[in-house]
Amino acid sequence: MAQELSIGFVGNPNCGKTTLFNAYTGANLKVANWPGVTVEKKEGRFQFHDQEYKLVDLPGTYSLTSYTMEEQVTRQYIMSDDVDVIIDVADASALGRNLYLTLQLIELGKPVILALNMMDIVEKRGMEIDTHRLPEMLGIPVIPVSARRKTGLDILMHAAAHHKEHRHDIPLIHHHGEDEPQTLQTKHRHHHHAEYTMVYSDELEDKIDLVIDALKKRYPDLNNYRWHALKLLERDKEIMERYPVDLPDVLDRSYEKDIINQKYDFIDEIIQEVLVNKEKKAALTDKADRLLTHNVLGLPIFLVIMALVFFLTFTIGDWLKGYFETGLEILSGGARSGLEAIHVAPPLISLLVDGIIAGVGGILTFLPNIFILFLALAFLEDSGYMARVAYVMDSIMGRLGLSGRSFIPMVLGFGCTVPAIMASRALESKRDRYKTMLITPFMSCSARLPIYVLFSQMFFPENAMLVAFSLYVLGLVVAVLIAFLLHLADRKREREDQLLIELPEFKAPSAHTIAIYVWEKVKDYLTKAGTIIFLASIIMWFLLNFGPSGYSTDMADTFGSILGKWIVPFFAPIGLGYWQIVVALIAGISAKEVVVSSCAVLFGISSVTSDAGMAALSGSLGALGFGALNAYALMTFSLLYVPCAATLATIKKETGSWGWTGLVAVFQIAVAWLVTFAVYHIGLLFA
Amino acid sequence: MTLQEGNPGSQYVVEEIALPLELERRLEALGLLEGTQVTVLQKKRRGAVIVKVRGTRFALGLGIAKHVKVRG
Repeated sequence: MAQELSIGFVGNPNCGKTTLFNAYTGANLKVANWPGVTVEKKEGRFQFHDQEYKLVDLPGTYSLTSYTMEEQVTRQYIMSDDVDVIIDVADASALGRNLYLTLQLIELGKPVILALNMMDIVEKRGMEIDTHRLPEMLGIPVIPVSARRKTGLDILMHAAAHHKEHRHDIPLIHHHGEDEPQTLQTKHRHHHHAEYTMVYSDELEDKIDLVIDALKKRYPDLNNYRWHALKLLERDKEIMERYPVDLPDVLDRSYEKDIINQKYDFIDEIIQEVLVNKEKKAALTDKADRLLTHNVLGLPIFLVIMALVFFLTFTIGDWLKGYFETGLEILSGGARSGLEAIHVAPPLISLLVDGIIAGVGGILTFLPNIFILFLALAFLEDSGYMARVAYVMDSIMGRLGLSGRSFIPMVLGFGCTVPAIMASRALESKRDRYKTMLITPFMSCSARLPIYVLFSQMFFPENAMLVAFSLYVLGLVVAVLIAFLLHLADRKREREDQLLIELPEFKAPSAHTIAIYVWEKVKDYLTKAGTIIFLASIIMWFLLNFGPSGYSTDMADTFGSILGKWIVPFFAPIGLGYWQIVVALIAGISAKEVVVSSCAVLFGISSVTSDAGMAALSGSLGALGFGALNAYALMTFSLLYVPCAATLATIKKETGSWGWTGLVAVFQIAVAWLVTFAVYHIGLLFA
Repeated sequence: MTLQEGNPGSQYVVEEIALPLELERRLEALGLLEGTQVTVLQKKRRGAVIVKVRGTRFALGLGIAKHVKVRG
């Protein structure tokens, strides 16, 4: 078998690169971080025609300067020996902008193949791209593909395998340069048009030659002198530090603008030659945008969409949940009678049935709700709507001292806080990033959903959905209020709104991309149930069945009760002065669903979400004097208190500071306590 | 005039960009620099603007849009 071929996928954001990548690798991929930085790295392997391929999905980027972490990572990886061929994925419907990255990639000197994606959109708009002329002008193979319809995939990989060996097999044919009259300023005529795709003005080419000579003298082992010379002329920070040359007359200023301008001039020339029937039809996106980003209607439309998402999550999710519950009851009953029949020791039966099945199983019944929620969020993201939300919310967020872009992590926070915190990376200013990280955990994530579903159905059976919805709103209000207070306290509040976000073409979301996204989330949820919640359930069972005097069937003598009673005074003023609840809340720091699984273990209920289970739980709680108001206080506190361990770990990773992470945790407990105190005491007035 | 003062539906040519260097570089990478044609698609009264540059739509905040000088 031939040696493994390693291929890097590069492209602008929203060019369909990830969809194309997924079309090859499926869900069979490894997600990690690039060494030393918090930029995500995706790697997948597959086999095709007796050849092993390793595909690496590089961060989406518009250029290869060294201004952002993503660009640096991409550039360094391409320059390294770890990659054999680059596949540059371009959105054919925005060819002009995508070619800018292509020209930079070609200059890097590695074998590049241009994958022209979204050709179907181009055709639909009545445009045509001359795919014979384009490779002649670029000097690289150009393969039309459709990531969504999975066409052209085999040809693209075939081209990658072939092009690795034959880098200069495509002749460059340009109709410019050679026959223009020689300008007087230049020392000699440049004849690079057969050699390089991108040829600059004679003035720049003179300078490039001089810098190359200097580089050759000083760094004899460097490869690709032309690219390094260009970077020195652009005053690229990284290259200036690594390969300084002493040419004050030649490198008298930054030529970055000249270089960019001339690249775009060449792109205009390419577009003139290869694009036929430019934008004959008005794009559908423009029509949709007129409505979705409308100055008046934009916001109400967004609110209706979000309300619909929650409605679906609750109704469809609950309907499916019923089947899960029935299954769980059968499993739990069967396990108990089976274990009793073979005379397993009672403490062990208790651990398996009351601890593990009750704790983990109870959480698994929420899988349908979680599934629907993530499906809806994936749909909003993949269709291109999320970027519009940033624009629609920009003015409102501006009043809170944040950019409209901060709203995207907040919406994602409805799904899971961990990826939402990671999404805050896209924010340019550090101030915005930290502020967003501070308020995002208040957005009610899917792990809090089981708490609301359970307690609102037990204590507010008539208005369960309304009560649950009120908590989502409360979370949003608290987040907005805190952002506003921080903004008032901010001395440098006179900042300018520097929102800068691409609004991608609306497209029917790719079923494959959504399926992979949702499957990842479902897998995460199952993994969490199998690990954290599993362990937490065992620990809870141990704490609640063992005390200073060993195994005990009286829960009041156990470690759990002793610990809980010790902390109860802190929770009494907010209506949560019950040691069982205190224990459940502490356990919930591991993952918020654990509040529910702990209740199942605490009160020995095997199927806590079924009607019988809920009746038993509300009965036990009622006997303690825990009523509807206490339930609402519990839900409020669960919404706002310390984010789960995974979120804290993510905040630590993103900020690199334990101090900041600790501050977030303490701050959230304080906010949760104060808000719950207010909710409980206002409630008492009406009770 | 500035990009922020542009009328939705009209096309302009960028004359000057007066922004911090780093931000200017990011706009350049997106293909928005002196001499570029820009179409204003949508705007809020004193806020962000949606523009089309080289076939792609971008939302630009007020702090960017009012520092981009254009002519009709």
